[in-house]
Amino acid sequence: MTLEIILFVFFAGIAAVTAVLMITRNNAVISALFLVVNFASLAGLYLLLNAQFLAVTQVIVYAGAIMVLFLFVIMLLKPEREKSLTGIPGMKIFAFAIAFMVFVQLGYLIFFTAPSSTITPDVEASINAGTIETIGRELFTNYILPFEAAGFLLLAATIGSLILAKKKIE
Amino acid sequence: MAVPIEYYLLLSAFMFIVGVAGVLTKRNAIIVFMSVELMLNSANLSLITFSSFMGNPVGQLFVFFVMTVAAAEAAVGLAIIIALFRNKQTVNIDEINILKW
Repeated sequence: MTLEIILFVFFAGIAAVTAVLMITRNNAVISALFLVVNFASLAGLYLLLNAQFLAVTQVIVYAGAIMVLFLFVIMLLKPEREKSLTGIPGMKIFAFAIAFMVFVQLGYLIFFTAPSSTITPDVEASINAGTIETIGRELFTNYILPFEAAGFLLLAATIGSLILAKKKIE
Repeated sequence: MAVPIEYYLLLSAFMFIVGVAGVLTKRNAIIVFMSVELMLNSANLSLITFSSFMGNPVGQLFVFFVMTVAAAEAAVGLAIIIALFRNKQTVNIDEINILKW
């Protein structure tokens, strides 16, 4: 048992358990808080995978900005408790059956094709790939056009959400 | 890299199907939206896993763009939910059916 395996089991366990807890809670605020823990443990997994830059981005953008937005909207709207909302009868069983079948298929595919037999991990290249230097160089040379497009997308989203959320002018 | 790539992919698959189950069973629009974020994150985990195991930074760049789109999507989606709540006083997705014929 190396430290890496222990850390993987720790973070993966937290991620899996909080994901399940998130969709089984009735209170929306508690669901959102479990999702924050899930995103934080994913950041730990990204660090294990030598993706330092994305681990930090995950904490700042997802666990920070996006989840604060979610919590803000939940507390602003005070939505009804999940129990009082009635869905289509039998939908739950159908949904879990479908989800279980897809999971079995995915698991079978993953272990049947066995990607670890064809991919030989190169630790040196992996560490180089995750640094902010490599990602920044790629981002500002080969991928400058998508980067600018992402900036425009964020501008459009800012204006769009402002217009959508404000009261109508009479 | 003591942990084989399969276990990362299996965790990613598990988080994805938990997200699918959440979208199908939950009736609160905000929780459905959070399940979609969970599915986006499981895809990110797969991309980073392959990127790291193959030593290629392009997968991580893609995750960076996915995060940008997710942030934009969260802002616009929550604004839509606020506008819907102002009109119908509910976030139950079964009652929000004005686009259904």
